[in-house]
Amino acid sequence: MKYLVYAALLAIAIAAPFLFPDYRTSLAALWILIIVALTWDMTGGQMGYNSLGNIFFYGTGMYVAAVICIALVYDVGEYTNAFSGEEQTFTSEQYFTGMLVGCLGAGVFCALSALVIGFLTFGLRGPYFAIGTLGVAIAAGELVSNWEWIGGGQGIALPVYPGDFEAGKDFFYFLFLVTGVALILLLGWLYRTRFGLAINAIRDDEEKAEGMGIKTLSIKLFTWSIAAFFVGIAGGISAFQLIHFEPLETAYQTINLGIFMVVCVLLGGKGTLWGPVIGAILFHLFKEVTWNYFLGWQWVALGALIVVTVVFFQQGLLGWLMDKKPEWFGIRVESREAAK
Amino acid sequence: MEQIWGNIELLIDYPMVNLQIILDGLMIGSVFALAAYGLALVWGVMNVKNLAQGEFVIGGGYVAWYLTGLGAHPLLGVPAAFVTMALLGGAVHGTVIQRNVAANARAAGALAVIAGVCFVVGLYLAQTGPGQEPDTLGLVLKIGGATALFALFVAAGGTYGLIISRVIERDLFTSLLATFGLAIMMAQIMNLLFGSDTQNIKLPYETVQLLEGDPIGVGAPMGKLIGVILAAILAIGVVFFMRSTRMGQAIRATAQDARAARVLGINTEKVYAFTFSLNSAICGAAGAIIVMVWVIQPFFGITHSIRAFVIVTAAGLGNLPGVIGAGLGLGALEQYGSHVFGIGYQQAIAVLLLLFVLAIRLAVQRRKRQVLK
Amino acid sequence: MKVTGLAVAAATALAVAVPGVAAAQDCDTITLGAAISLTGKYATNGIHTQNGYEFAIQKIKDNGGVMVDGKCYNFQVIYYDDESKGDRGATLTERLINQDGVQYMLGPYSSGLTKAIAPVTEQYQIPMIEAEGASRALFNQGYRYLFAVLSTSEQYLASAVALAALQAEKEGRDPSTVKVAVAVENDPFSLDIRAGVLDDAAKYGMQIVIDEKLPRDLSDMSSILTKVKLLKPDLLIVSGHSKGAATAVRQIEEMDVSVPMIAITHCEAADVTGNFGDAANGFLCSTQWAETLTYEDPIFGSAANFEAEFKAAYPDYEDKTVPYQVAQAAAAVYVFKDAFERAGSLDKEAVRDAIAATDLATFYGQIKFSDAGNNIAKPMVLRQIQDGAYNVVAPPDFASHPLEWPRP
Repeated sequence: MKYLVYAALLAIAIAAPFLFPDYRTSLAALWILIIVALTWDMTGGQMGYNSLGNIFFYGTGMYVAAVICIALVYDVGEYTNAFSGEEQTFTSEQYFTGMLVGCLGAGVFCALSALVIGFLTFGLRGPYFAIGTLGVAIAAGELVSNWEWIGGGQGIALPVYPGDFEAGKDFFYFLFLVTGVALILLLGWLYRTRFGLAINAIRDDEEKAEGMGIKTLSIKLFTWSIAAFFVGIAGGISAFQLIHFEPLETAYQTINLGIFMVVCVLLGGKGTLWGPVIGAILFHLFKEVTWNYFLGWQWVALGALIVVTVVFFQQGLLGWLMDKKPEWFGIRVESREAAK
Repeated sequence: MEQIWGNIELLIDYPMVNLQIILDGLMIGSVFALAAYGLALVWGVMNVKNLAQGEFVIGGGYVAWYLTGLGAHPLLGVPAAFVTMALLGGAVHGTVIQRNVAANARAAGALAVIAGVCFVVGLYLAQTGPGQEPDTLGLVLKIGGATALFALFVAAGGTYGLIISRVIERDLFTSLLATFGLAIMMAQIMNLLFGSDTQNIKLPYETVQLLEGDPIGVGAPMGKLIGVILAAILAIGVVFFMRSTRMGQAIRATAQDARAARVLGINTEKVYAFTFSLNSAICGAAGAIIVMVWVIQPFFGITHSIRAFVIVTAAGLGNLPGVIGAGLGLGALEQYGSHVFGIGYQQAIAVLLLLFVLAIRLAVQRRKRQVLK
Repeated sequence: MKVTGLAVAAATALAVAVPGVAAAQDCDTITLGAAISLTGKYATNGIHTQNGYEFAIQKIKDNGGVMVDGKCYNFQVIYYDDESKGDRGATLTERLINQDGVQYMLGPYSSGLTKAIAPVTEQYQIPMIEAEGASRALFNQGYRYLFAVLSTSEQYLASAVALAALQAEKEGRDPSTVKVAVAVENDPFSLDIRAGVLDDAAKYGMQIVIDEKLPRDLSDMSSILTKVKLLKPDLLIVSGHSKGAATAVRQIEEMDVSVPMIAITHCEAADVTGNFGDAANGFLCSTQWAETLTYEDPIFGSAANFEAEFKAAYPDYEDKTVPYQVAQAAAAVYVFKDAFERAGSLDKEAVRDAIAATDLATFYGQIKFSDAGNNIAKPMVLRQIQDGAYNVVAPPDFASHPLEWPRP
C-alpha cells in the first residue's frame, strides 16, 4: 500500500511537466528547493548541525560544472574574457559530454570540499557552526567574484541547450527529478539503517554518542559530503539551465536559496524524511504567490513567514501533525494492514 | 600579484600613508565597535544572536537622515536616533513583552492593524506612483510618508517585542534565523519607505589637516572625528550606566546567572526588555554616525551585521574594552587589507577574519580539552 | 496572441504596479512585458526605467495611440520585480511569455540582467527592445531578437580618455605621459566601461597606475583615494552605478583629492549636484542623452521639451536633472510604436523585422540598429558639472561649453 502511494507520487512528478507545460521552469526550481532542503535536513535536522553555508556547494557546483564543460573544449581564461570577440560554439556532443562530466565533477568536488570544510568547522558548536559556515559561503562568493580567470563579476555564460528548446525544458526538469528521486531513495534507506541511528545519536547528545563508540567526526564528515555531493550536482545542472550566472546573486546567493532551504525544512518539519519535501512545496507556492501578487512586498512577506515559522511553528507541519494527531501516523498503518 | 607588491611598496615609500590608513581604520572602527557592543549585550544577557543588528544601524541612519531632511541640524541626528530607537524599543517592550497569552494576542491584533495600515499606506504610495495628480498628491505623499515612518517603527518595535521575547530561552539557532527574517523585513520596509537611493548627510565642516606632508599628509574629515567623539561619549555613557545604576547592575547580574538574579528579586523580563532597547538605541546612534561619514542604503545592513559578529566573536561577550579593541583592530585591518589587496576584497577580508578568529578559538579549545585529559 | 480582452487579466496582475490604467478609449491594448528591478541593488535605476516606460506609454496614448493597420492600440506593460537578480529575471521573463502570453518585451535595468534575460527571449523568439543594458558582451552572441537603443558601455568614458589626451597635447605634453587611475564596480556594466577605457588608454600609450574593482555594497573608497593622492594620476575614472558616484564625490571632497580630470558615471541618477552642491563641480559625467541636445521628434518634441513634460508628470524629479535612464526607456517604447506602425501587423516576426529596419529620429537621438542589435547612430556625450549645471563638453561636435581644466 505504501508503495502504491509512492508510485502515485512519482507518477504525479513525472506527469507534472506534461500537465502544466507552462510551469516547467518553476517546477524545476521546486526540485532544486526539494534537493537542497533534503540535504540541509541531513545535517540540520537529523544530525543537529545547523549549517547556513550549504549554499557554498550550490555555487561551487555551478562553477565547477561550468569550468569543466568549458575546459574540455576551450581555454577557460579566454572563454570567460567577454572581449575576445569570437563567438564560442559547442557541438551537441561536446555539450552533453561537458554537462555529464561537469555535473559529476561538481558533485565529487563538492563532496571533497565538504570533507575539508567539515574537518575545519565541525569542532564548532551551535551558533558558531552556523556563523562559521555562513562565513565560508560569503567569503567564497566574494573571492570568486574577484577571480578573473572564471569571469569575476561578469559571471559565466554557458552555451544554450543544443536541441529543440521545448525539449530542453523537459530535459532539465527530468535531470532534477532523477537527482531528487535518487536522493529521496538514498535517504529513505539511509535513515533506516544503523547509520541513521548514529547521526540521530549525534544530534541528541554528541558526547554520549562518542562514548558509545560512534566515530562522530567521520560520520559527520560522511553525512555532509553526501549532502554536498547532491547540492553540487543540483548546482551544476542549474548552471546549464540558467545559461548565464554570476557569483554573488546567482551562484553564492547566501541570503536567498541559502536561507530558503532552512525555512523549507522548518516549515515542513525537521528531522523527518518527507518534512523537507512538503516544506519545499509549501514554500515554493508561498513564494510564487507573493512574488506575483505582492510586488515590492514579497520580501516583507517572506521575512514574516520566516519569523512566524521559526518562532511559533518550529516543529513544522509534520511535527505539528505528529504532535496533535499521533493516531494519524500510527492508526493509519494498522487500518491498512487490517484491510489487507 | 604585481599590484599587491606595488601597494606594499607604497606603504614603505610613504610612511605617512600608514598613519593615514591606521587613522581611517580607527575612526571607522570606533563606529563598528558601537554596534558590536550592542550585539555583545543582547548575546551575553539574553542569548539572542541578533542578525538584524545591521538593519538597526541602517534604521538609525534613516531616522537621522529623515530629520535632517526636515531641517534639523545633522548632529541632532545622533541623539534623536538614539532616543527614537530606545523609546520605541522600550515602550513596545513594556506593553507587549508579558509572557501571557491574552497580552500577546492583543499585541498581535494591534500589530495586524498596524501592519494593515502600513500595507494600505504603502500600497497607496506605490499606486499613486509619481505623475498622476501632482498637486494634491504631493501633500498626501508627505503625510503618508510620515505616517508610514511612524507605523514602521511601531510595527518593527512591536515585532521585536513579540518575537524576541519568545526567542530568548529557545535554542541558539532559533534566534539567528528569527532575527534574520526580521532583517529581511526591515530592509525591505526601509526600501519601500525611503527608496533604494544611497543617502547620506553632508556636514558643513572642512577636513582637518593633522599633519602636513608631501605628497600626502594625515587628514581627518570632520565628520569622522565627530563620529569618533560621539562614539566615545556613548561608550563612556554605557560603561557608566552599567557600573553605577541599579538597572546596569541588574543587567550584569542577569548576564551572569539569570536564575540566580530572579531568585534575588531582579525582574529579568524587565532587564531583557531594557537590554534590547538599549541595544537598538546604541545601533541607532551608530547608524546616525555612519550616515554622516559613509553612505547608507536599505540593503547595506548585512555588512554591518557581519562586522558586529566578527568583533564580538573575537572579543567575547560582556567585555567592553575587548569589543572596542577588536572594533578598532577590525577597522584598521580592513583598511590595510583593502589598500594592499584592493578594495574589492573588503568584505572578503572581514569574513575571512571571522573565520580566522573562529579557527583560533577552535584551536584554543582543542588544546584546553587535551590539558583536561 | 493575447491582444484583445486582456484588460481583465492584466488589470489583476497590475493591480499593485499600475493602477488606473482603464482602457477608456476605443483603442485595443498591446501588452508588453518587463521584469524590472524594483528592489535590490539596482532599484533606483530600475524605477527610473519604469517611469520612462510609463511616461512614454502615456504620451503615445495622448497622441492617438499606436495605429496598426488602421486600428488604434495602446501599450500596456506587465511588470514583475526581478530583485536585481539574474536568475529571478530569467524566470520572470519565462513567466511573462508563458503564463501572461506576452509577445514583446521591454528590457530590464543593467547589463547583467539583460544578459540573463536575453537567452530566454531569444529562445522564445520574442522581440526585446532594451534601453539599459549597454555591455558589449550582449552584442557578440548573435542574438536576433535583442535590440538596444543606447550606446554600448565601452564608449561611456572612452571620450574622457580622448579628452585627457587632447588636454595633454594642449599643454605640450605627449599623451603617453598621461597617468590613468581606474576604479570600477565588479559587475558586467562597469567592467565593460573599464575595458573600453583600458583599450583607449592603450591606444595613446597611457599608463594605468591604479586598476581596482569596487565591491557591490560599496560605502567607503578611501583606500583607493589615498593611493590616488600618492600616485597623482591625470585622469581618474570611477564607475559604480549610483552608489559609486555618491561615494566618489563625497570622499574626493572630504579627502582633498586633487586630480585635474575626474570622470564618473551615473551623476544624474545619484543627483550629485543636489546632494553635494559645490563638491560636485568639475566632475565629468558620461551620459547617453542630455536635455540640451538638439534632437526632436513629433511625439515628445525636443529633448528639452521631454525633460519639462516629464518633470511635470513626475514631480519627484522636479529639482533634479532627469537621468538619461528615463529618456532611453521612453525611447525604447517609442521604437516599439514606430515598428508596430511600420510592420502594419501584430505578428511578432513582422514586428521583429520592422524593429531591425528602424531608422528613427527621436528626442533621444537617432536610432538605427546594427546587425548585432546595438544602436550605432547615436554618440555618447560627456558633460561637466560647472557651477552646479550639467554642460556638454565633449565630443567637440556637441560641446556647448569649454572644458574647465583642471577641475576646481
